[in-house]
Amino acid sequence: MSISVSTTVNGDAVDFICNPEESLLDALRGRLGLTGSKEGCGTGDCGACSVTLNGRLVCSCLVLAVEAEGAEIGTVEGLASADRLHPLQQAFLDHAALQCGVCTPGILVAAKALLEKNPDPSDEDVRYWLAGNLCRCTGYDKIVRAVQSAAAQMRSA
Amino acid sequence: MAFDSHQKREFKQVGTRPPRPDGIDKVTGRALYGADVSAPGMLTARILRSPHPHAKIVAIDTSEAAALPGVKGIVTGADFALPDDEFFADIAVNVMARDKALYDGHAVAAVAAISPAVAAEALKRIKVTYEVLPHVTDVDAAMRADAPVVQPGRAVETVPAGMGANVTHFCEFGHGDVADGFAKADLVVERSFRTAATHQGYIEPHACLASMTADGKADLWCCTQGQFNVRTICATLLGIEASQLRVSASEIGGGFGGKTTVFIEPVALALSRKTGKPVKLVMTRDEVFKATGPTVSTSIDVKIGMTKDGRITAGEAVLRYSGGAYPCGTVDMGAQAAFAAYDLAAVRTTGWNALTNRPKEAAYRAPGAPQAIYAVESVVDELCLALKLDPLDVRIRNAARKGTKSSYGPTFDDIGLLATLEAAKAHPHYTAPLKPGQARGLSCGFWFNFGGNTCVSLNVNTDGTVGVTEGNPDIGGSRASISLMAAEELGIEYDKVRTIIADTSSLGYNDVTDGSRVTFSVGLATIKAARDAIGKMCGRAAKIWGIDEDAVEWRDGAAHPAGPNAGQFPPMTLAEIAAVSFQTGGPIAGHHEVNVDGAGVSFGVHLVDLEVDSETGATKVLRYTVFQDAGRAVHPDYVEGQMQGGAVQGIGWALNEEYIYGRDGRLQNAGFLDYRVPVASDLPPIDTVILEIPNPGHPYGVRGVGETPIVPPLAAISNAVSRAIGVRMQELPMSPPRILKTIRAARA
Repeated sequence: MSISVSTTVNGDAVDFICNPEESLLDALRGRLGLTGSKEGCGTGDCGACSVTLNGRLVCSCLVLAVEAEGAEIGTVEGLASADRLHPLQQAFLDHAALQCGVCTPGILVAAKALLEKNPDPSDEDVRYWLAGNLCRCTGYDKIVRAVQSAAAQMRSA
Repeated sequence: MAFDSHQKREFKQVGTRPPRPDGIDKVTGRALYGADVSAPGMLTARILRSPHPHAKIVAIDTSEAAALPGVKGIVTGADFALPDDEFFADIAVNVMARDKALYDGHAVAAVAAISPAVAAEALKRIKVTYEVLPHVTDVDAAMRADAPVVQPGRAVETVPAGMGANVTHFCEFGHGDVADGFAKADLVVERSFRTAATHQGYIEPHACLASMTADGKADLWCCTQGQFNVRTICATLLGIEASQLRVSASEIGGGFGGKTTVFIEPVALALSRKTGKPVKLVMTRDEVFKATGPTVSTSIDVKIGMTKDGRITAGEAVLRYSGGAYPCGTVDMGAQAAFAAYDLAAVRTTGWNALTNRPKEAAYRAPGAPQAIYAVESVVDELCLALKLDPLDVRIRNAARKGTKSSYGPTFDDIGLLATLEAAKAHPHYTAPLKPGQARGLSCGFWFNFGGNTCVSLNVNTDGTVGVTEGNPDIGGSRASISLMAAEELGIEYDKVRTIIADTSSLGYNDVTDGSRVTFSVGLATIKAARDAIGKMCGRAAKIWGIDEDAVEWRDGAAHPAGPNAGQFPPMTLAEIAAVSFQTGGPIAGHHEVNVDGAGVSFGVHLVDLEVDSETGATKVLRYTVFQDAGRAVHPDYVEGQMQGGAVQGIGWALNEEYIYGRDGRLQNAGFLDYRVPVASDLPPIDTVILEIPNPGHPYGVRGVGETPIVPPLAAISNAVSRAIGVRMQELPMSPPRILKTIRAARA
């Protein structure tokens, strides 16, 4: 059985057909070709597949694709505009906050969701908010610094 | 190639922190990792794995699966050559079991189908008849004569007669009279330790896309630390020629040694050959834990003697490692590394490896060293406590230095251990006051580092830019470091250089990204390739000026007449020479191919402050500082990144991470929920201090930095926990239940 889904991804209206058991992550990657969201575990433990669903931060591997019907999805591909990186993206580059980069899309989406809720987080706030996003390369030090740098810049903008 | 001691150069590019060339792709989601590519008409493959830790495979019936609509091909062990060479044969048998399943998760068959759902359904319809055999997963149990035999007849010739059938390796290192040394000691401490197997925990599961045609031509895209190694192994297992298999390395989502391996790539190729279609194969996280490389699990005895004033008189260690179901030489490195930080008159280490029903060990950052050094540094700390000596002073007193005959044989050249220890002693962290309940620990760490086979091409473009083609996947910013070294040597801006990672058909062989070798070896070959190109550019300038090639020298990115006798000509920049290259002899390129020697060893020292909750047994790391000799930090951001990341992996190993096997021999925690790697909220900032004691074996003095940082955290944290609770911890990880048990046993 296939189900037709109409949704909005990064502001664009899109339709796809999926199986009922398919995850939103599989639909984003497989049906829509948006491979920026990564599958690190498929069980909601690593956060590499983080996206926003109607503004709420979720693991897209734990959301059924059919739940995207009528929703607004935000992925890493929607962060930058054509000519400008999001301040978080720029800060991650400036602070060398990525090594292999595979967790980076999920962490950027999660950090953006944090700063929308709390534009002036403490380091502890950042560390607890990102506790669901595993990074195995950096030890998180430069990630926390990058998020704080972007937050400061966004507050002054 | 020796250090350029004559140059005394002021670096213009090396040591700066420009943005990495692959950065924007990686923050926008555009970078393509192993699972991110597809091919028209592609099939999806899945692997069926043994649920038993040890079982004879009596029969595999694939007929029902083959009959399922949408199933296009099935392979079993019978579809792969069994090479004569044991190294390749073990990989072949690990890729797909033959007569026996050797661990929980061992691959036994694979299916390619039109969709993931059909492939998953087909797996359920493959009927494997097993005859379950007794199993063993503990290294000490495996060494006993009555242990279940994992594989018979695998002992190397150095193993003495009379050992249990699972013992495959024996090694011995050291010098001096150990008994005499212990007799001279005021205090001798002897302890036994155990460390659990841990996983590299890269966030990207193994993934590949294979396409092979009936005439034996094949293309493979995969996440790997070494595309050339993948080619060698896959060509051998599939019985094809290396030239017919082009392997492209995807962006790699972490490796840490665990992707120097081959697991799924030959399976995807075999299925593609069988079905005539491209085949994509991606592991689940469960498969990554069960069937890819954990570290060795270990059991270690250490005995050290010390005088009252802190001089170590002798050291001895016996290491028992298990690298899983296949022979494993990692214990050699542990036995060599154990006492490397010390200048000792008498030292002996012996190492054993035993087979267990666990997955095949794979390298993980400084393989074999963290466990051995953890045990040694724990005993040194206990001696310091008992003799009321400052643990840094004792290490400074006994530190290996230039001229020290190392515990594993060679005499050290310029090394940075003493400078690193002194930097730790001078750092405010070491004297910062501790609150009640808090404790401080420290440990030295060491890794050999490696050079190896390396091939680099450097092309000078007519617009004055440069392309560097190298063959090692960029695992943490190496494109930036290689570009920096090319720019430095050529005397052009960093932005004018673009470094790419070539596939196996576009460049000569490169060893895998291991041994902390890339910035060192590929950097060295890049500098040499640049010098080759510089020689050619000087030749072109000489031709234009009508003077001898020898009369031209390269300075600040331009050819100059070497002296007043050479003639009066305005300098020609790289861009000016490149622009007219078609008129002066054609394109300009530099190459260098070498088996690099001279990787300088690397030492580090870690300091940690922590507190232990005596009610829950939970440890909170409060402050952490890493000191390490980088030789020359080419891109300091990424040197710091290696130090921080390695330290945090070590913190995870010390406190939480472990392979837990049940009595049934099955892995009980094959997921990130139960195999708990450190998360952001577990950790404090990780401070770093980079020392630069130039490596005599590299023109800029570079040493590898990637592996040493995982070594010290195990003992640094164990020493701090032991001081915090007043009891010596002797097993890793120091998970809350284990700490509670230790506290309660001490109170009882």
